[in-house]
Amino acid sequence: MIQPGDLIASLGSWLRGFLLSLGLAPGLVSVGLGLLPAILLPLIGLMMAIPLIWLERKWVARLQDRIGPNRVGPFGIFQVFADMVKIFTKEDLIPQGADKIIFSLAPVLAIAGVVGIWAVLPFAADVYGVNLDVGVLYVIAVGTFGTLAILLAGWSSNNKYALLGAYRAVAQLITYEVPMVLTLLVPVLLAGSMGLNDIVRAQDSGWFVLLAPLAAIIFMIAAQAEVGRAPFDLLEAESELVAGFNIEYSGMKFGFFYVAEFLHSFTFGALGAAFFLGGWLGPGSERFPILGVLYFLIKSLAVYFVFVWTRGTFPRVRIDQMINLSWKLLTPTALGLVALMAVAERATQGTPPLVHALVLLAANLFVLFFALLVMRSMSRAARERLASRQAGSGSGMVAVGGSRAPAGAASALRD
Amino acid sequence: MNPWIFVGVFLLVASAVPGFALLFAKYLGPRKPTPIKSETYECGVETHGPTWVQFKAQYYVYALVFVVFDVELVFLFPWAIVYRRLPFFVALEGALFLLILAGGLAYVWSKGALEWA
Amino acid sequence: MSLAQVLFLIVAAVGLLSGLMVVTVRNLLHAALWLIVALFSVAVLFAMLNAGFLAVVQVVVYIGAIAILIIFAIMLTRREALRAGAQENRLWPVAGVLCALVFLGLAWSASRLPGAQSGPAQLPGSDALVALGTALVSPDQYVVPFEVASVLLLAALIGSVVIAGDRLRSR
Repeated sequence: MIQPGDLIASLGSWLRGFLLSLGLAPGLVSVGLGLLPAILLPLIGLMMAIPLIWLERKWVARLQDRIGPNRVGPFGIFQVFADMVKIFTKEDLIPQGADKIIFSLAPVLAIAGVVGIWAVLPFAADVYGVNLDVGVLYVIAVGTFGTLAILLAGWSSNNKYALLGAYRAVAQLITYEVPMVLTLLVPVLLAGSMGLNDIVRAQDSGWFVLLAPLAAIIFMIAAQAEVGRAPFDLLEAESELVAGFNIEYSGMKFGFFYVAEFLHSFTFGALGAAFFLGGWLGPGSERFPILGVLYFLIKSLAVYFVFVWTRGTFPRVRIDQMINLSWKLLTPTALGLVALMAVAERATQGTPPLVHALVLLAANLFVLFFALLVMRSMSRAARERLASRQAGSGSGMVAVGGSRAPAGAASALRD
Repeated sequence: MNPWIFVGVFLLVASAVPGFALLFAKYLGPRKPTPIKSETYECGVETHGPTWVQFKAQYYVYALVFVVFDVELVFLFPWAIVYRRLPFFVALEGALFLLILAGGLAYVWSKGALEWA
Repeated sequence: MSLAQVLFLIVAAVGLLSGLMVVTVRNLLHAALWLIVALFSVAVLFAMLNAGFLAVVQVVVYIGAIAILIIFAIMLTRREALRAGAQENRLWPVAGVLCALVFLGLAWSASRLPGAQSGPAQLPGSDALVALGTALVSPDQYVVPFEVASVLLLAALIGSVVIAGDRLRSR
């Protein structure tokens, strides 16, 4: 399946031959070569952050009708290196009264929580770190370390606003983890396995985004909230809580939170590509793994671009609106979707692929329609309640949409 | 070889690289601590009182509901893997499981336990 | 001693040490963090025994949900209670002796179980997972506990609303 002429395979066999010729035992060489990706892949992942930050800054700038970094090097491509030098040479400040060990541990945990996902990303047919049979749950498990890192960062900073920001951030993260994991059940359902590579392979008869578009949409929304990107970026809202749990962090530690955030977005883009867009699948990717890696990269960047696009387009969502969105819309929709998809998938198992796809698509649309219907009737009821309350009290406040605006604004100020 | 060894080494490297970078940066940067620099930041004002904010009970309710849903998801993953090769009613069993918990969510919602303030 | 045994000893030592620190350290939040270390070492032990599913479930549920719940519960307490004083348990030598006796008894009876001297079972990963899933939903195996578990979770949800209800209603 893999031609010896392929770049990655030939590199691997050359390395093996080289190490064997040095006189090392074959067993040691096998173990060493097996573990070499474990050392290289985190480094590659961390290095990916550099072009990514530049790309994002350029994209967001264009969306905001400006140019972005363009001074340091042609098109500003050395901007990130300049920033790195600045961050490396800043003074390492620890606020007084802060818990030193935990304060320094939090950024490391944040990075480990993101880079750890790279161990199971399927870059190509046989190019991956390790094909864990519980890959999806492993991704979630590693993500919880990121959540923990934020809590530790906020608590150990000895700063009221950091603590406040950390509480809100963790509330947001755990709220959105439920619909995210629920929609991750859908590719597992359709592929019959939790391993990411198996999920990618199962898409060669049709990308899951075509079979389950609603799941893809909910996953994208929940993923953006999990990462803390706009419109859900209350976690480090510069105009609200002064950077939230990040307040007391400066220099390299802040640099790590910064890198972790960008890398987290890209990693979720990669996960979206693997789960819904067919990962490394594409013409010729079975024979030439390097093509598979290329397709995977392109698809991840496409999803990442959608993330950047929404960042540049939407205003920030208020915290109570955000939490309500997850518990009251995304979670029930995802629950109904998983149940209906399981039944539909099992019912159409023997039928020809087109019927199968259409039935699944119909199930998605049905759930979407039903959810929007319920939401519309509820917001209508809330609006009427608000109107009757105002008619009764005679106040002159303007009703805003379906949300309970007066109560919401007061609460946002209260906490 | 146990695939988890790979994961272990991977996570170790993923934690060690930032750790070393932090140590490196600590000794690379200037070290001139002054009392003003290490003060807690509060938008230029001095802090009053100990660093503690009233923890809203609502956060705890969110965490509770999250725990319940997390455990539910853990049950659902093995089901999701095998339901295709088993008889049809197994899919219905899983759907029942999901619907019972959807009912729980509806109850929590109707009691107003999911409101932010 | 093989590498696996050395690794096991290290991880077990970390787990035991962190367990000890949970109950002896004075700052309540530090105790929660040591608890996370203890839970993580249990997850590592599961992974070393080729039980990958249990390892990730341990991290997802215990560390990702329950440890955060515990930390939130700690932060709900009044500030004075966070900086606890010295331990006030005077009977800790007696407790220590009792624990040692219980441990010796358990170790002795565990060593007489069949298969106690062998290494971890070499279960091929995905087959074990399929077997687990099948066992969970087959009518002649564990489907009734599976559905009852969902009812139990429902009870937990209702209980949490009832408990939090007083506090929420008094706002």
